[in-house]
Amino acid sequence: MRKATVFALITLGLLTWGLHQAMVAAPTEATMGDVQRIFYYHVPSAWTAFACFLLNFVASIVYLFKRGQRADAFALSTAEVGVVFCTVVLVTGPLWAKPVWGIWWTWDARLTSTLVLWLIYVSYLLLRKFSTSGQTPVIAAVLAVFGFLDVPLVYWSIRIFRTQHPQPVVGGGEGSGIDAQMFQALMINWVAFMVFAAMLVWLRFRLERARQQVNEAYLLRDSADIPQRMKVSR
Amino acid sequence: MIAVLRATLAKDLRLEWRSKDAVNSMLFFALLVAVIFSFSFDPTAEESRRIAGGLIWVAFLFAAVVALNQTWARELRSQVLDAYRVSPASPNALFLAKAVGNFLFVALLEVLMTPLFIVFYNLRAIGPVWQLALVAALGTWALVVNGTFFAAMSIRTRSREVMLPLILFPISIPALIAMVQATTGILTGELSPRFWINLLLVYDVVFTTACLVLFETVLDAE
Amino acid sequence: MYGVQGDNGAGKSTLLRVIAGLIEPTAGSVQVFGRKPRDAKRSLGYMAHASMLYDELDAVENLLYFGGLYGVGRERCEEAIRAVGLDPALRRRVGQYSQGMRQRLSLARAVIHNPALLLLDEPFSNVDAHSAREMVALLARMRDEGRTVFIVTHQPALLEGVADEFVSMESGMIVARWPARGAAATIESARVERTQEARR
Repeated sequence: MRKATVFALITLGLLTWGLHQAMVAAPTEATMGDVQRIFYYHVPSAWTAFACFLLNFVASIVYLFKRGQRADAFALSTAEVGVVFCTVVLVTGPLWAKPVWGIWWTWDARLTSTLVLWLIYVSYLLLRKFSTSGQTPVIAAVLAVFGFLDVPLVYWSIRIFRTQHPQPVVGGGEGSGIDAQMFQALMINWVAFMVFAAMLVWLRFRLERARQQVNEAYLLRDSADIPQRMKVSR
Repeated sequence: MIAVLRATLAKDLRLEWRSKDAVNSMLFFALLVAVIFSFSFDPTAEESRRIAGGLIWVAFLFAAVVALNQTWARELRSQVLDAYRVSPASPNALFLAKAVGNFLFVALLEVLMTPLFIVFYNLRAIGPVWQLALVAALGTWALVVNGTFFAAMSIRTRSREVMLPLILFPISIPALIAMVQATTGILTGELSPRFWINLLLVYDVVFTTACLVLFETVLDAE
Repeated sequence: MYGVQGDNGAGKSTLLRVIAGLIEPTAGSVQVFGRKPRDAKRSLGYMAHASMLYDELDAVENLLYFGGLYGVGRERCEEAIRAVGLDPALRRRVGQYSQGMRQRLSLARAVIHNPALLLLDEPFSNVDAHSAREMVALLARMRDEGRTVFIVTHQPALLEGVADEFVSMESGMIVARWPARGAAATIESARVERTQEARR
């Protein structure tokens, strides 16, 4: 069987298991009821997005040193997949908050930090799109480094901002205890999401590499087309 | 390197003095923003102190972008950047000169705009005023150092003027939160700005270092 | 002194920029006096079609600034301005110069630090005949002093009798070279040579 198919099947299996864990196996939460089950998608997505951005940071640094096309393709792939998972967090947050607290958006520390993260990496993708020169990978890699350096500052500043202006916390505050079975469901879903993300990154990477190679081929073809000329010497 | 820095800064100040491009547009823009804000947010005396911190910094931020966008305009116009790149002068000297120049312009703007805000919003600082100056200095540098750097990056993009705020704002959010909270804290006396001042300090150190390390890479990207 | 010519898009400007170290070659390497261009900046002088000067400053202010990048003093700046036939005392802003004057000043800027290698991209375009002749004369003098000069130009006639060799480029490659002076070239051997892969 092809690699992609195997990968997809494993991912599907893990996600299904995760779904079962989240929807059936895990106990119903005491105060919020079944709505709380969104937690098993909301939190793993956030962690997965962060993992993607971490990989993007590493790939960007590798690119700045080695200038290899693979590093650049990997950076692009992880950024895109990371933004997707970030979007999931931002969508599931309000879906959860509305039934429970009656408001769409809470300036909860995690949710707000994810929003800023999303903004940073969307701006990265926009930069890649709008860049004109052949040096797009370099400029993008530099922005990626800046963006990731910002991440701890984002979390730190928003966290303290929230403690000075408290509001409902989505997904339990820091250090709140969690039921063992819930923890299990959470972890299984996290693994499933990470594998899912890995598959997406891999597929996107292959696509980007193919695009790079097509470009190379065009360049080579254009320069090979030049008719041979004679060198005149005395 | 210091010599080149000083020479470049002097040259930029002289150029600006002769044309007054950036300063005029910045000042007028800032005035407009102040007036529009006072129509949009018409607060009572107590409330005004609470939101003034945020309003002032948003106004400064937008006005700063006007200045930042033309940081490299003159150099690009006549391909002067090439002359600099070909010379043995250090790229970081160029960067720092531009950043310091921008800092001075935006600081001038803040000095001129603050009285306007004080008048429109009947402000009076309850906390220590010297801390406001410190917050302003650190916050302005945070915006300007990244802004000058990102302006250089957006040279190689389409829609240059739009690209700059697009990549600058998200990354500046921690600094903006800090500036606003610190200013509000000093104006209302309700919270201590010390933590936020420390955050601004860390932000400034981290990103100034990043800019100095990576500027040459960005300058040479062609 | 080399006169480089070719149609638009042949890669002449790119070639000069690669030698000047402004563009990194994607394949192959460049050596200027045995070193990479970025390590040989003091030996290089570059002049583009754009003036590379500040329009709002006058001649002396411009050269003082650019000279300062090389550590060159005021006297040498004024000397360079005179060498191209301009007056250092002139307070007029460069933006108000004629094209000929501007190109001459740009040349002064390019040679202010006495580089051993000069790279000039279309220095004579839109320049009046008098300015062009002044520039050619100065460049010939510099060549006689032992410097190497590359001139990309659409007007090779200006270099007639002055240049040592002409180079022709097409589609990113050097396709022909012939000596300007001396006996007519004879074809001794036909070789294909790809000197530098100019990136487009």
